[in-house]
Amino acid sequence: MNDSVVATGIGAITPLGTGAETLHARWCAGEVGIVDGLGRCHDFEPSEFLSRKEIRAADRFTQLAVAATAEALSHAGWSDGLPYRPDRIGCVLATSVGGIQTCLEQQERGRVKGYASVSPLTVTMQMANAGAAMVAQRWGLHGECCAVVAACASGTSAFGLARRLLFDGTLDAVVLSAGEAAITPQVISAFEVMGALSKSGVARPFDRRRDGFVVGEGAGALVLERASGAAKRGAAPVGEVVGFAATTDAYHVSAPEPTGRTAAQAITKALDSAGIGPADVHYVNSHGTASRHNDIAETRALKTALGDAANGIPVSSTKSTIGHLMGAAGTVEAIGTLLALRDGIAPPTLGLEEPDDELDLNYVPEQPQRLQQPADGHRVAISNSFGLGGHNAVVVLRVAA
Amino acid sequence: MSPVATRESVESVVTDALERFGVERADITMDAALAELDIDSLDMIELGQIVREEFGVELRPEDVTELRDVGDLVGMVVQQAG
Repeated sequence: MNDSVVATGIGAITPLGTGAETLHARWCAGEVGIVDGLGRCHDFEPSEFLSRKEIRAADRFTQLAVAATAEALSHAGWSDGLPYRPDRIGCVLATSVGGIQTCLEQQERGRVKGYASVSPLTVTMQMANAGAAMVAQRWGLHGECCAVVAACASGTSAFGLARRLLFDGTLDAVVLSAGEAAITPQVISAFEVMGALSKSGVARPFDRRRDGFVVGEGAGALVLERASGAAKRGAAPVGEVVGFAATTDAYHVSAPEPTGRTAAQAITKALDSAGIGPADVHYVNSHGTASRHNDIAETRALKTALGDAANGIPVSSTKSTIGHLMGAAGTVEAIGTLLALRDGIAPPTLGLEEPDDELDLNYVPEQPQRLQQPADGHRVAISNSFGLGGHNAVVVLRVAA
Repeated sequence: MSPVATRESVESVVTDALERFGVERADITMDAALAELDIDSLDMIELGQIVREEFGVELRPEDVTELRDVGDLVGMVVQQAG
């Protein structure tokens, strides 16, 4: 690859609070953003980021995505204006269920008051691309904008599309925004009934007692440009997106393929796309949902793809602190990973107190660990996301040490 | 039961609605031109729903396009409420 993709700005709104650095600092300090079995963005105040008009026209998932995007654009130095032609800047939005809260509220309104009383804004609030549309409108992005939907893999899958749009010359920059706000009784119950939800309300990835995931909400955003463009305008990248790959289990709609074979292929292909091998990886940000099935399948996938190197690489789970942000998870976790690489830290897998016999990698239990000093001045990580439907997406990130 | 559609009650409901749509309260005067307020066609549809719910008045799209200012809108609702 001649001109790599770099991230020049990052932003996040998560159950740990407002801001990408907040996520990183609190996670590394071992704080848990999950309260009463849910990862809510308690601190999020929409009026700090959106006008009254925008709030009214946006489902919570869009509000969160726009807020995170505002931070990323400011961080990238775009506050004074777009650095490229507007028709060459686009937005890729990741979400799994989009404006579901609006959908369910209006369904109830229609049922109770009659369907002629349903809000005229319903369609444009509930549609999954609503976040992309609002980001584009607010910042005047005229290039290709759309949503990427792949369940819990969406937030990582979005990197694939963003990369292609930059590599094939369609766009000069992509604003990658992700948002999910699906904490609502119907969704929680639906996960509970299918046996995916933690009964204890505590996320314990890779722990012997792990009992499923905790639902979270939140958003993440990155400004992605070609390295040459960033250098030309004097922007210092946060890090590089050096590789990406995705595969599909085609096995079962909810259970991961148990040997982790296809997930391993995604990891291997991602490393190949970056031109590196297992020995070059310093950290793995796992999908790590704390589901009984995922954690074992993911461990097998890591061992298959990383071979002997697997035992020496710290593997941790962001979901242990903020819960599962579903469509936004991969994006938020990539942001956490970039900052972890920057500071040379493997953030901890919280709640991991009792190891499982078969899960014997270094999952960074409870306390952060220092990453080993890189030989060539760069730290590299992979971030995995495995979505319902069998979607496996892996992004490879690199930061100068 | 719909409340009585007096000039005051209709003005109050319309003003509250426009403010919720994002218009600054100070800008909502009876001679404010509808075309100059920061509202769009979807807002007007919602306003129609509110007026129907509050006063039982059905505003037809063709009537609404004829309106020039907020006062005209209020007047039409009062008139149609009989």
